[in-house]
Amino acid sequence: MSASTLFQHDAKAAAANLPRRSFVRTALAGYMVKRKAAQDYFQDWQSARQAASEIKYEGVNHLDRYLEEFTRNAEARGTKVFWASNSEQARAYILELCRQKGVQSIVKSKTMTSEEIHLNEALEKEGYRVVESDLGEFIMQLRHETPYHFVLPCMHLQRDEISATFEKTLKSAPTRDPEELTAIARRFMRQEFCRADLGISGANFLVAETGMISITENEGNARLTTALPKIHVALVGIEKVLPKLEDLALFLPMLSATGTAQTLTGYNSLYGGPGQLGETDGPEEFHVILLDNHRTRLLADPEQRDALHCIRCGACLNVCPIFKNVGGHTYGTTYQGPIGSVITPHLRGLQDWKHLSGASSLCGACTETCPVKIDLHHHLLQNRRNAVAARPVWWEKLLFRGFSFVMRSPALYRLAGRLAPLGFALRRPVRNTPLDPLRPWTATREFPAPPPRTFQEIWKERARTQPTP
Amino acid sequence: MAFPKSDSAAILARIREALRLSAPAPSVEAAPDAQSRRRWLPKVGPDYSEQIETFSAQASVLKAEFLRFPSFSAAREELASWARHEKWDRIATHAHPLTDGLLEGVEIPRFQVASGYDKLELEKCPVGLTACEALVAQTGSVLVSAVSSGGRALSILPPHHIVVATRDQLVPDLTAAFARVRATYGARLPGFLSFITGPSRTGDIERILVLGAHGPKRLSIFLIE
Repeated sequence: MSASTLFQHDAKAAAANLPRRSFVRTALAGYMVKRKAAQDYFQDWQSARQAASEIKYEGVNHLDRYLEEFTRNAEARGTKVFWASNSEQARAYILELCRQKGVQSIVKSKTMTSEEIHLNEALEKEGYRVVESDLGEFIMQLRHETPYHFVLPCMHLQRDEISATFEKTLKSAPTRDPEELTAIARRFMRQEFCRADLGISGANFLVAETGMISITENEGNARLTTALPKIHVALVGIEKVLPKLEDLALFLPMLSATGTAQTLTGYNSLYGGPGQLGETDGPEEFHVILLDNHRTRLLADPEQRDALHCIRCGACLNVCPIFKNVGGHTYGTTYQGPIGSVITPHLRGLQDWKHLSGASSLCGACTETCPVKIDLHHHLLQNRRNAVAARPVWWEKLLFRGFSFVMRSPALYRLAGRLAPLGFALRRPVRNTPLDPLRPWTATREFPAPPPRTFQEIWKERARTQPTP
Repeated sequence: MAFPKSDSAAILARIREALRLSAPAPSVEAAPDAQSRRRWLPKVGPDYSEQIETFSAQASVLKAEFLRFPSFSAAREELASWARHEKWDRIATHAHPLTDGLLEGVEIPRFQVASGYDKLELEKCPVGLTACEALVAQTGSVLVSAVSSGGRALSILPPHHIVVATRDQLVPDLTAAFARVRATYGARLPGFLSFITGPSRTGDIERILVLGAHGPKRLSIFLIE
């Protein structure tokens, strides 16, 4: 089944699941209230957005320079930096590291780049044990599901479902108490943290000036993942670079406000190398993998290059009417929602993923909410245009040529208007049968009935009865 | 097998090729410097009393305990009373003038975090006591580092984290916190820095706030004024 057919199938099923939809809507409504408060705490949110977009523009449009600066500074602090063109190289590097160091047990903190390169599958295939430490990711791992939302991985699940998952996989007693459910995961993870010899994380930002990575989280699992095991590997997309340390003073509160609707997320940590001389702990080795994986393709499109400004806050998902109705899994992508629909065609092929750009009402809520001002809904239009330009559809072309021919001729236009009621009458017997040419469109919509008189007729009559003075 | 070769040359070549076409720039006035950005970020008062009020308000929203003491001895008394009531068998800490000062004369066994310490033992400690780099008024955060706070694990592994700070460590905002760290360390920044903003938390289950997800359930900030 093609990605597009699967999308349509899953979208239909998800949209019909009314209890799930209303649950997700309620959760997102709660987010919106808190988000507004976090945003209002800023003195001038719009100027902050402008500044954030300018800083990202600077970073992305001088990416070569800043990545080299990052690498130089990171290496000076004892970090090993590996540049991976694709998933295969990134996986091969981590697998080789595991082999050479005799790794037994791996803990991971939330990293979407690892979902992107299917790291867990690759590690498990080679016999390594990998445990997700973020609570939401852990639950999804136990359920063998992919994240529903790239910031809130299990936002669609109710506590009973989570309890049932724990009961089945961890043999815990059933409970409806979120605190107890969290405690079950905490107890389990503590053992994992203590025995793991490799910690894998992502990063929210790369600071070029200091050669550090920045990780934002609430639970403290990323801190434990990076503090206890003797090796720390961070897998990071190349676009995450920020020029200066002080840029974080802007980006950390903005990411917190839009991502999780907080003034500041629980832990915003900077990692600059393995444990440094004179420090009491920290890993013996720190590796940063800079992942391209077709980000340079997006970079090569100046029109949509600003999509690389994305800080993965997930705000565009939270406001998107499509996301709210079809849910995260329907996208079938690592990155869901509007940003996913924009970038996936670049990362994984335009023709296979162009349907995502069609799944949009073009309402622009995503663009309006984006903290770094990515022109998301126009990029969806551009993807549609590019897809058609690269592979024109003959019957669509013909249809539009005919349409424009009629529209340009007043006589034909009048004729079409007069014939419309006739066409409507002819359609009536075949309506919603396979013979109905409008059926794919009217299955979920109403086709308006033609008015008894056209605008032109009304206008003429008006001129006759009420002559202008 | 050996490590695959780093593909930096190929990636840089693709980046440079891609950047030959320039993207439309956002309407830039002048690249805003760190100072001017302050006009847009959450507001913080100019003097100590206003800043400490902001910090205190933020801490209370975050469900962190913020306690102000006139002297070390008052703080010491409070700590000793907690230790008695909560029956701590020991307290994990690190060598630092502030932690040493606070614990002076407090009769409780210490687990001292120093190079090569046993992580499993630290995991069993009921409390971790650390110093910090700064307190950030704007966000109610505590900035810890590997150098001033006993490494990376001490402030995250025990279920209760107590921070001891002094009046001069309060800074208005994140920008000032970075400036403080730069002034302290110059180019040799610690290998680890973290803004701790409230106790460990999660909202992953039905977006209901639960404290103590993987890190400390309780965060207490002792300010010696």
